[in-house]
Amino acid sequence: MDLKTLTYVIVGLSFALYIGIAIWARAGSTKEFYVAGGGVHPIVNGMATGADWMSAASFISMAGLIAFLGYGGSVYLMGWTGGYVMLAVLLAPYLRKFGKFTVPQFIGDRYYSQTARIVAVICLIFISFTYVAGQMRGVGIVFSRFLEVEITTGLMIGMGLVFFYAVLGGMKGITYTQVAQYCVLIFAYTIPAVFISLQISGNPFPQLGLGGHIGDVYFLDKLNKTVTDLGFAAYTTGNKTMIDVFCITLALMAGTAGLPHVIVRFFTVPTVHDARLSAGWALVFIALLYTAAPAVGAMARYNLHSTVNTAVATGGDVFAPESSIQGESRPDWMKRWEKTGLIAWQDKNGDGRIQYYNEKSKNPEFLAKAEAAGWKGNELGSTKAGKFEGKVDNDIMVLANPEIAHLPDWVIALIAAGGIAAALSTAAGLLLVISSSISHDLLKSVFAKNISEKGELMAGRVAAAVAVGIAGYLGYNPPGFVAQVVAFAFGLACASLFPTILMGIFSKSMNRGGAIAGMLTGLVFTLSYIIYFKRDVLLGMDKVPDTQWLFGISPEGIGVIGMLLNFIVAFIVMKMTAPCPDHIQHLVEGIRYPRGAGEAQAH
Amino acid sequence: MPKSTNFDPKAYWSATLRLLTMTMVIWFIVSFGAGILFRDALDGIHLGGYPLGFWFAQQGSIFVFVGLIFWYAKRMDKIDREHDVHEE
Repeated sequence: MDLKTLTYVIVGLSFALYIGIAIWARAGSTKEFYVAGGGVHPIVNGMATGADWMSAASFISMAGLIAFLGYGGSVYLMGWTGGYVMLAVLLAPYLRKFGKFTVPQFIGDRYYSQTARIVAVICLIFISFTYVAGQMRGVGIVFSRFLEVEITTGLMIGMGLVFFYAVLGGMKGITYTQVAQYCVLIFAYTIPAVFISLQISGNPFPQLGLGGHIGDVYFLDKLNKTVTDLGFAAYTTGNKTMIDVFCITLALMAGTAGLPHVIVRFFTVPTVHDARLSAGWALVFIALLYTAAPAVGAMARYNLHSTVNTAVATGGDVFAPESSIQGESRPDWMKRWEKTGLIAWQDKNGDGRIQYYNEKSKNPEFLAKAEAAGWKGNELGSTKAGKFEGKVDNDIMVLANPEIAHLPDWVIALIAAGGIAAALSTAAGLLLVISSSISHDLLKSVFAKNISEKGELMAGRVAAAVAVGIAGYLGYNPPGFVAQVVAFAFGLACASLFPTILMGIFSKSMNRGGAIAGMLTGLVFTLSYIIYFKRDVLLGMDKVPDTQWLFGISPEGIGVIGMLLNFIVAFIVMKMTAPCPDHIQHLVEGIRYPRGAGEAQAH
Repeated sequence: MPKSTNFDPKAYWSATLRLLTMTMVIWFIVSFGAGILFRDALDGIHLGGYPLGFWFAQQGSIFVFVGLIFWYAKRMDKIDREHDVHEE
């Protein structure tokens, strides 16, 4: 069977599985639609949370990001896992005890205010839509590359599938398809990781292989030498400032804990005890991928360098003319992926060979050597908008990994199925929180209070269908900034929803005015800062130099300052406005004790 | 709501907050401490082929997080039972 047929078969089988599950798990009531009936086992929920959480970005892009950032990539590893400790300890059990269906509902009830609830819905919709557009784009990329269909066709298939199980099954359908999707994606990620680790270090566990030997030296030492020889920053040190690494990590952690589609997963377990355990299980399933990713990134980076420069593996002179491989004899995978623009070769010095190095190195000694060798600029990069750009696309590290490492065809097909599973599972989770906030938080509580349960269920389905349509459009016609903005959804969640929920649980005196003012301050400040420093990509204006960053904090990390402002403003406004009423203080008291969580949900 | 007559909400909440603080301190030390603030110092020590600070940032912190959540859940169960607010 050729690769294309094999890919069709494997992806087709995975789709059949999701459809089967969706039919089996249809939602019959609003409780099933919003929280899967509230009786999901903590391990099952943990697995579903893993798939819900690990998006196309985790699956396709993260290892590549780490590969090129080295130590700097740690912000994603710690940030996207440490958030689960915050969830387990600070939020999930208490929100579960509160026992309602949506995050804005908690904020509205706790702060006794429809305004607060609507502000929360706005934050939620903004965060979730930027995020879902990225997922749809991921589906499109995987389809167009692996199945060689038009992006539009790929999107239609993806949308059709999500429509089918999210609209029909609601949270119940999503939960059980996510479990299947988790299995597909972790299998697809682990197999190539194990192979690549075996090839490089002889150790089947990537987590150990990264710290293992290659030949008679440690792999990481070898990698450090390789990249510094070619003018890049040493792999294990990276080049971000400490304060920025600190802030980005914290913003990603608090952002993770404040993401509505992650929080609602904890509404589906039966008890408070289960909510705590479930966060632990979710992290176990996530850690399987997240501890393998650094090895995949580092090893793929090494493979890429040793492919284009033969002196890397032998330890010879990287500047010798014959060390750089000839462009004509570059490997097939490179030629194939050049069609997608993710990788590109431009022979700047006309010698017919590929020189891949850091032309912007700050080491004058290195630059002198490169010049002496007749190198006229880095020749390996990617194609963006028809133009050569001197940076290889991050995504290639995972997508082409099996081909770079000469793995069998079925592994390549598996990567396609895994990438689609990762994107679809996250998209479905996001679409559900969007639709439930519209049907439950806006329609049921503001515009049509007398709506029947059946009517609300129908409204939820219609909202989900519309959201699928918009997400598909954004995926087909992505505003240029989508990829940029996905990472910022975390900053916004960190500055708006997270602090407000936290204060709602741990402070009995935080009141309506404080919460609304805090949320708005956090959202507006963070959004403005991001737009100001990213206006070159967002609005096509001149770039503001990075030297103007506030305290040297990048837009990715600014959510932390937004969070601090949220706390400060909330506290000041609280002191100036009417105190929190007694019955709300009792409500807060009530969510602190686990007993009675089962009944609370039947409201 | 707890039914027990000798239930002391203040004692329960302060026990909870003590455990919470302990958990968050460990969480901070393994990630922000070992992986970021004191990384340079720790990188002088090696764990196999890993510089230690780098290991904490890319592997160790995640392993500790997983263990930490289960440990926290177990300790919370104990506190819940001692104060008779656990779920039946």
